[in-house]
Parts: sequence; structure tokens; C-alpha cells
Amino acid sequence: MRDYVSEHLHEWVDLIFGYKQALHLRPHVIHGAVRHVLVRHEQGAGHAAEGYAHVSGKPGVAMVTSGPGATNLVTPLMDAFMDSIPMVAITGQVPTAAIGSDAFQECDTVGITRSCTKHNELVMSADEIPMAIRQAFHIATTGRPGPTLVDIPKDALTNEMEWYWPTDEEVQAALPGYRPNTKGHPRMIKEAAKLILASERPIVYAGGGILKARAAQALRELVELIDAHVVTTLMARGAFPDEHPLCLGMPGMHGNASAITAMQQSDLLITLGARFDDRITGKVDAFAPEAKIIHVDVDPAEQGKVRRPDVPIVGDANYVILEIIREIKELLQGGTRQADTSAWKSKISGWREQFPMTYEPSEPGGLLKPQYCIEQLNKYAPKGTIVASGVGQHQMYTSQYWKFNDPYTWVNSGGLGTMGFSIPAAIGAKAAMPDRTVWAVDGDGCFQMTATELVTATLEKLPIKVALLNNSFLGMVRQWQEMFYDERYSSVFLDSANVPNFVMMAESMGCVGILVESPEEVGPAIERANSINDRTVVVEFRTDATEGVFPMVPAGAGNSELILHPTQSDPTRTLQPEPKPIDTKLKDAH
Amino acid sequence: MARTRDVSGARTANTYSADMNHHILSVLVQNRPGVLARVSGLFARRGYNIFSLAVAPAEEEGRSRITIVVDLDSAPLEQITKQLFKLIDVIKISELDPSRSVERELLIATVKAAGPKLADVSTLAEIFEGKIIAVAEDLVTVSLEGHPDKLDDFEDLLGRHGIVELQRTGRVALPKLDRSSRHRSTALRQPH
Ligand SMILES: Cc1ncc(C[n+]2csc(CCOP(=O)(O)OP(=O)(O)O)c2C)c(N)n1
Repeated sequence: MRDYVSEHLHEWVDLIFGYKQALHLRPHVIHGAVRHVLVRHEQGAGHAAEGYAHVSGKPGVAMVTSGPGATNLVTPLMDAFMDSIPMVAITGQVPTAAIGSDAFQECDTVGITRSCTKHNELVMSADEIPMAIRQAFHIATTGRPGPTLVDIPKDALTNEMEWYWPTDEEVQAALPGYRPNTKGHPRMIKEAAKLILASERPIVYAGGGILKARAAQALRELVELIDAHVVTTLMARGAFPDEHPLCLGMPGMHGNASAITAMQQSDLLITLGARFDDRITGKVDAFAPEAKIIHVDVDPAEQGKVRRPDVPIVGDANYVILEIIREIKELLQGGTRQADTSAWKSKISGWREQFPMTYEPSEPGGLLKPQYCIEQLNKYAPKGTIVASGVGQHQMYTSQYWKFNDPYTWVNSGGLGTMGFSIPAAIGAKAAMPDRTVWAVDGDGCFQMTATELVTATLEKLPIKVALLNNSFLGMVRQWQEMFYDERYSSVFLDSANVPNFVMMAESMGCVGILVESPEEVGPAIERANSINDRTVVVEFRTDATEGVFPMVPAGAGNSELILHPTQSDPTRTLQPEPKPIDTKLKDAH
Repeated sequence: MARTRDVSGARTANTYSADMNHHILSVLVQNRPGVLARVSGLFARRGYNIFSLAVAPAEEEGRSRITIVVDLDSAPLEQITKQLFKLIDVIKISELDPSRSVERELLIATVKAAGPKLADVSTLAEIFEGKIIAVAEDLVTVSLEGHPDKLDDFEDLLGRHGIVELQRTGRVALPKLDRSSRHRSTALRQPH
């Protein structure tokens, strides 16, 4: 019996993450040209595929068995869907004759994954497989990228057939309803250029689409041409260098004060591959009330979904940005003058000076601050280091305190906010970029969800480094309970300074475990971790549990109702023309 | 207006009403397994209301046409069509303004019609140009095809006789033709 899929898949991918596929598959794959990374849980395969795709731009592939294998893949599929990650899942299915009979390990995979894939398909015979796989790759990687899934019954996998790969033309002809628009409308592009030159308070609002479109270079060109400040969303960290004088960093719920306020008071948001997520806008009605909107997005459905754009441009961000640059240069050559933005720029400089990202450093002998750990990790990181994070306070600290200067060095779960993302995603990133240092920054809650993949890291020789910020709590939820629920703490204490013993846990999985309890130990521990390159290292930092993430816009509040770090709440310094009272009775769940 | 849940999970209303803020979408799709589930699943997931839905093979082989009457109070039409476009199997969407389209629907109903009442039902059917399609001792099954508003009136009047069972197909629609233009629907393309 031949297995055509694994015989031919290597023509498309060099690496897949998987777990016990339909029986015949694995031996072929292992002996073939495709590297198969055997994970310990299918969720790990999915997140690893995402991590791989995040840093390489190539589609990540996860291959799992039917029934529970497929259902374990649902979380990563949804994660990839929310963050527009190109990913192809191949799932085994019971034989065609058994479909619908509640056979052993049967599940309605295409039904279950319909709303968490860009497209999915159940193939019913061997000769449909090549086309289905080509379509899955085509759809996953074009237009707005996303996850696709091909469900292959056991008999379809092994029946006799004449293998062929359909051509690009054949693939497109078979998809008459799929024609992503990548070229922006020339009239709209011209309109955008005019608005940009006329704006006195422009802000470039850069989202993850910049990275998907590989438009970081074009973005920089545009920004420097028009000399406007940039905010980079959680999905776009690294798309524009943090150290560039025009970079304001992350906006949104835990963004920094100048990025949030600059957006809020801008007269033109040049929105590039971003989607006005509720974590960015806060209360939509109160968001950037005076701003006109240029919205560049490859997905037409994003135009006007949250905020009606004045200039909608459906197209590939790289193409459109280059066209806008061309139009602006033409206008400038034709004698159009750019509006004076100097007052605006000095206002922004004032905010940056008055409201930098800040935290209270530890007192001598005091508890370790998580922000300090991130700063030190960043300080000692070799050039090109990739950082993957879990979800929670540690994710926000990383985004806030790591200086991202290169694209594709930040891997995180933005839209779905999936705890447990970091370790498998870091393994996937390491598989794609074996020569780079890959740090996974994790929380003690997250770590306990997917740490089992450290076995994969050890046995598959994909040595990553894990910075485990152990605050003994589901810290982010604890912070909400503290701030919005009158300190009524409920089910957030994990007691993870006692159980489990993370160092022993790490060592049991073949990793080096290091415990850090005081600020003085931080630097040496990181240096030691960086010097070990043949094994995975887990550095557990015992951090101050009472620390909170600031600034913060409470859920459901407008962005002008920003809560600053307690040390910045000096009433003589104001961000707003008229500060508004903060409504702390918000009940929105995180 | 009474709301019920249909099998797809999308919210539906069980009656039409003249002032209802509805629009008709005629959606041409690739006739592939699961396409109806994709469309109805999208409506359910995004909270769009469907008033009625009819689906059958279209003129071209391998294509089906789905006629969906959507409730515009639940979401702006623009978002509904844009989200529909994202389904890979959706080839074309035509938005049919009720005033610029022809709409038809079929109703069949079994009503109580013992003795002399049979004549009343028969007259009613005749007035509406409906048909008697089956008669039993004290029951009669009638059918009527026509504009959905006309079916509403017919259903109302039949109600006085006591409806035992009733089934309507949901409306189908095509653009209205006139002398000057061959096609009056707005074919929605991906916006630029
Ligand atoms: C799978 C999953 N379950 C629950 C949540 C809700 N949630 C968001 S952050 C958080 C706490 C995370 O705790 P930890 O990993 O210890 O990180 P910390 O916030 O302490 O840095 C929780 C429970 C989630 N995002 N994902």
C-alpha cells in the first residue's frame, strides 16, 4: 500500500509537526524528504506550525489523526484564524464507508473546524487529494492568510491512483469564487496620498498585516518620507524598529501612554494592515474622534467593520504602501506642500518625555520585578533573537519592555489570546530558524498548559530557552480582580512557588533548570542560559505577585480614560486637555 | 415579531411583514458538499438573521443559487455580503431590492373543510388562483404560488378554517426585467 500524500508532500514543505497520523503515513514521511517533528499533544503540533509560519512566512503544516487528534487541533486553528497565520492542517478520517456511522475515532472534522478555518474540505477519493492539498496551500497563503484543513479518509489515502500536481491555473480555475484583490484602487491610493500630505496630526497605525505582506521596508520608507510617528500593534511588534525615533511602540489596552494618546488626538490614522480590534480602540465611539481614516487591508470585510474609513483601500499592504509613496512623491514634485506637523510632533515629544513606560524597581533585597527580567533578557539577547510569549501579564511586559528592532522576531497569540502558546510556538520557530536564539517568555499558568512539549524540544533537538515568570498567580486575572472587583480574589492563586517544582519538571524532560529569586541573580542566570545551546533551558524567575501591567485602559472604557502607572499619576502632568473621571465599575470579563 | 430558531441555528422569524427591513440576496455558489452549512453557519456565527432561505441548482452545471432574505436590523448589508464573499465557494452575490425584483413563493396547506366548508375553501382558492390538490373526508390540501405578500393574505384567510399543517418554501427571486435594461440587480463585486 502506498501513501501518496507523504510521498509527494515534500515537494511543498520541508517540515511538518504531527502526531500518529493514519497508520501508514509516518514511516514514509520520516524516510522521505519531509522532516516530521513528533510532538506530545496535537495542540502542540498546531502552535508549532504557527510559530514556524510566524517567523518564516512559509505555511506551517500540522498533521494529526482522526477524532481526538483533530479535536485537539481546534485551538491552534482558531488561533491561526484570528491572527491570519498561514497554516495547513491535514487530518486523518475513518474510511469513507464508515463516515456517519459513529465509527471508532470518527468526528465531523470539517463541521467542527468550519468556523475556525479559512477553508476546509473532506476528500472522498484518492484522486481528489492532490487538488485538495494544492488548494489548501493556495488559500492559506494568498489574500488574507489563514488556516486551511484537508480531511483524508483512510481508504482515500491508500487507494491506487496516478499522482499529479495540478498547475496554478488548474487550482485557480477550480476556485472561481476566490480572487483576492491585491492591487489597491488607484483613485483611492491617490486620495490617500493627498490626505497624508494635508494632515497636521498624522499617525501611522501599523498592524500585523505589515508582517504578513512583508512590508516592513516599505513601511519604513513611507514613515521617513512623511516624517510621521508610528504605533505598532501587538501583532506588529518588530514591523517598525522600536529604536527608531518615530516609533511610539504599542497602542491599546496596555499600550504606552504616548502611543494611545497620539492615536486618540490624531487627525489622520494611516491604518496599514490593522483591524481596529477592541483591545486597540477601547470604546469605539470614543476612539480617535477627530481622525480621518485611511484603511489599507487585503480583506474587504475589515473595511468599515468597526470604523468607517474615509479612504478604504483593499490590497496587499506592500504593494499599496509603495504606490502611496509613489503618489506622494509625485504630488511633492508637482508642488504640493506637506502640511506643517511640527506642533504635533513637539506635542508627542512632550508626552514621551513625561510618560515613558515605567515601573518601580525592586528595593534592595526586595522582590523581583517581571519588567526587570524582560529588560535583562533583552539586554543579553544575541542579535536576531526570537521571542515567543504566552498570554497574560508576562505577554504584555514582553511587548512593552523588549525592544523589537527586526521583523519576525516576535511570536504571540494576539486575537485568541491562547494560554500555553509560547512553548510549542517557540519550538516551531526554532525549527524554522535553527541558528537563532529563541526565548519563550511564559507565565506559571501558561507553562502548566503546554510544558509537556519540552520533551519534544529535547528529543527533536530543538533547544529553546524558556523564561518562566512565576508569580504564583493567574496574574492578569488577579490584576482585574484587584482593580475592578474590589480585591475579591477567586480561583487565581496557583501556589506554583510550591507545586510543581518547575526546575525538577524541566530537568525531568531533559532540560536544564535554573531558579532565580533575587534581582542580582538575573543577569548571571540569563548569561548561563545563553551559553547553553545544545539543550533547552528553563529559567524560573520568582517575581513579585502584586505587580500590575500599566498603563491600562479598562475594558469598555474610552482610550482617554487611561490609568497610568501609580508613580505617574501626578496631577500636574496631564495627557488630556480635560481629564475625565475613570469608571472603575466595569464588569467586562477578560 | 415571534422569533424561532431554525435548524441551522440562525435566527429566523416565522412570518413576513410588509414593513420588515429585509433585503434579498441571490448567492451563486459552487455546488460542493457543505456549502449550505457554510452559508447558514456564517449567518448563525455572526448573528445575522435569516427570514427565509431557498436553495436549488442554478442554470450552470455545478452551481447552485441560494436566495436568502436577510433582516437588515441584525447587521448592515455591507458586512453580510462582505463576509459571505469570504466563503471560498461563493462566486457571486446579487443584491435584489424588493422593489426591483420579482419574488415568488409556494405555499401548501391542509385545512379543515367538513361538508359545506369545502366549498368555502374551494372559492377562496379560486379567488387567489390557487389549487385544490387533495381532498379527504373533512380535510383539504390547497396550494398557492405567487408573491409572498399574496401568500400572507391567503394564509390569513385560510386560518379561519383551521390550518392543520402548512408549509411554505421561502422565497426565490430574480431581478425584474424592463425594456431598457437586461439586468437590474446590483451584482456585488469585491470592493476596491
Ligand atoms: C486557554 C486560556 N484559558 C484562559 C484564559 C484567560 N486568561 C488570560 S490571562 C490568564 C492568566 C495567565 O496566567 P499566567 O500564565 O500565570 O500569566 P501571568 O498573567 O501571571 O503573567 C488567564 C487565565 C486564556 N487567555 N487562555
